[in-house]
Amino acid sequence: MNWAVIIPLLIFVAIVFVIGIWSNRKMASSSSFLSDYFIGSREFGGLILAMTMVATYGSASSFLGGPGAAYSIGLGWVLLAMTQVATGYFVLLILGKKFAIVTRHYKAVTLIDFLGKRYKSTSVVMISAISIIIFLFSAMVAQWVGGAYLIQSLTGLSYVSALFIFSISVLIYVTIGGFRAVALTDTIQGIVMFFGTLILLIAVVVAGGGLNNIFADLMAENPNLVTPYGQDGQLTNLYVSSFWILVGVGVVALPQVAVRAMSYKNSKSMHRALMIGTIVVGFIMLNMHLIGVLARPVLPGIEVADQVIPMVALEVLPPVLAGIILAAPLAAMMSTVDSLLLLVSSSVVKDIYINYIKPDANRNMVKKLSMGVTGIIGVIAFLLSINPPELLIFLNLFAFGGLEAAFIWPLVLGLYWKYANKYGAIASMVAGISSYIGIHFYNQAYGDLLGVDTVTIPVFVSLIVFVLFSLLFKQQPYYFPLKEQTVNHNS
Amino acid sequence: MSQSAKEDKRFKIAHREALIGCGLAVFNIIWWYGFAYGFGSKSPDEYTFILGFPAWFFYSCIVGFIVMVILVWGVVKFALVEVSFGDEEDESDEVKSA
Repeated sequence: MNWAVIIPLLIFVAIVFVIGIWSNRKMASSSSFLSDYFIGSREFGGLILAMTMVATYGSASSFLGGPGAAYSIGLGWVLLAMTQVATGYFVLLILGKKFAIVTRHYKAVTLIDFLGKRYKSTSVVMISAISIIIFLFSAMVAQWVGGAYLIQSLTGLSYVSALFIFSISVLIYVTIGGFRAVALTDTIQGIVMFFGTLILLIAVVVAGGGLNNIFADLMAENPNLVTPYGQDGQLTNLYVSSFWILVGVGVVALPQVAVRAMSYKNSKSMHRALMIGTIVVGFIMLNMHLIGVLARPVLPGIEVADQVIPMVALEVLPPVLAGIILAAPLAAMMSTVDSLLLLVSSSVVKDIYINYIKPDANRNMVKKLSMGVTGIIGVIAFLLSINPPELLIFLNLFAFGGLEAAFIWPLVLGLYWKYANKYGAIASMVAGISSYIGIHFYNQAYGDLLGVDTVTIPVFVSLIVFVLFSLLFKQQPYYFPLKEQTVNHNS
Repeated sequence: MSQSAKEDKRFKIAHREALIGCGLAVFNIIWWYGFAYGFGSKSPDEYTFILGFPAWFFYSCIVGFIVMVILVWGVVKFALVEVSFGDEEDESDEVKSA
């Protein structure tokens, strides 16, 4: 055990717990448990909003899998990662003000609330709830595995004990604190990541004897590492560009991101979040992936790609600093897991249980149920992570792509196209998910269809299906209801 | 007062800002793609290096990021309009689970 590394980590975890407890107190004084637990009563300012988006999105894939891939593939992977800069401004501008106004009016606290009220359809709600539960659950397990690996490589504990520690801390934290706690720690974590990646990048460049030296070494080892095409020339420009859909613009449809676009306090905080979000997301993605590439000459021959960042940090930094900086990926994973866990449990509690099983559940009951369901889902994730699937990043991306294919058009067209209706939404979700799964397995067996990432084709298929079915079963144009026109089940 | 006129006005602003978002993304993609594959597709031996980085990477990823930050700043500062999100009074009328 390396205590100089572990102590800063422990301090970090302790701070996170204090925030959870503080949030829990604050929640006790709030008038609405559901709204506070799941979206923090819509009172977040710009910094918190930006950071919680960044931290949720910048998950294990960007902190371990991403730099690990950059380590073996080279600068081409950094190029690919930079498609994510768009998430900083695109989500907030597209969902932006209209989503905020409409969800407030609907009193929606989840993406599914919005879809349910926009399309007035049980099938839409059920399909979305089930896809959120399945896909986000698999994303969450990937993060869970990543968290355990990280603790394992830092402490030398066995995988299962590391997993156990990670699960316990996440669970206690989320079940007591809710969204407010998650968003607040996201902010701290975002700040740690921002400075952490910068320090680590500088340390790696210094350890490698400067950029010129490092690039000369890379060129000498394999010139492909400094091209946009990957170490074997395997990244075509079409393939890399298709990531604009998966990790750039498609992110708009991820429920964990969309829910954050309901939680801002006012226009001012949204504007500030746009600015901060773009800077932070771009900065962290650029640094983190660059570290992966530049670490190659410094620390050659790392076999498990996910361990590149922890190993490099331990190699090039003094132990205490490494501990603080490794709190960043751990933080990233915790915050992603936290918010995914919350979303899955909100789908179960809010979208299924309260909507269809017991609309008149009282506050205390809802509270116990929310915490209980969150806990149970966490335990299941723990059990599944004991025998983890191989490649973290791809499992994670599978979930992202599936959700994007399912939700992008029902969300975006539901918001902006008045002829969007439930037939279009249902058909598009079914077509999106099934073509996504189909193409996923096709691509695994025969290589990428048309040379693009798995999500690309389903996104176009679901668009066409959406428009076609909406027009086929054409209904009255939909106008968002004005004040006091909807009958709300819980008022 | 005419509630619908107010809604329409807010939505109009929102629609305009969504279009700005699309515009930014299109610009971002063109910049990113143009420099990466414009400068990066020759043989690595012929690469020029700027501040230690290969030119394609420097312009596409580093300068491109800075340009986007400046553009987003400009949009936030000059193009976005502040509107109220609530249904006027009773801002805090969240879901009550009682």
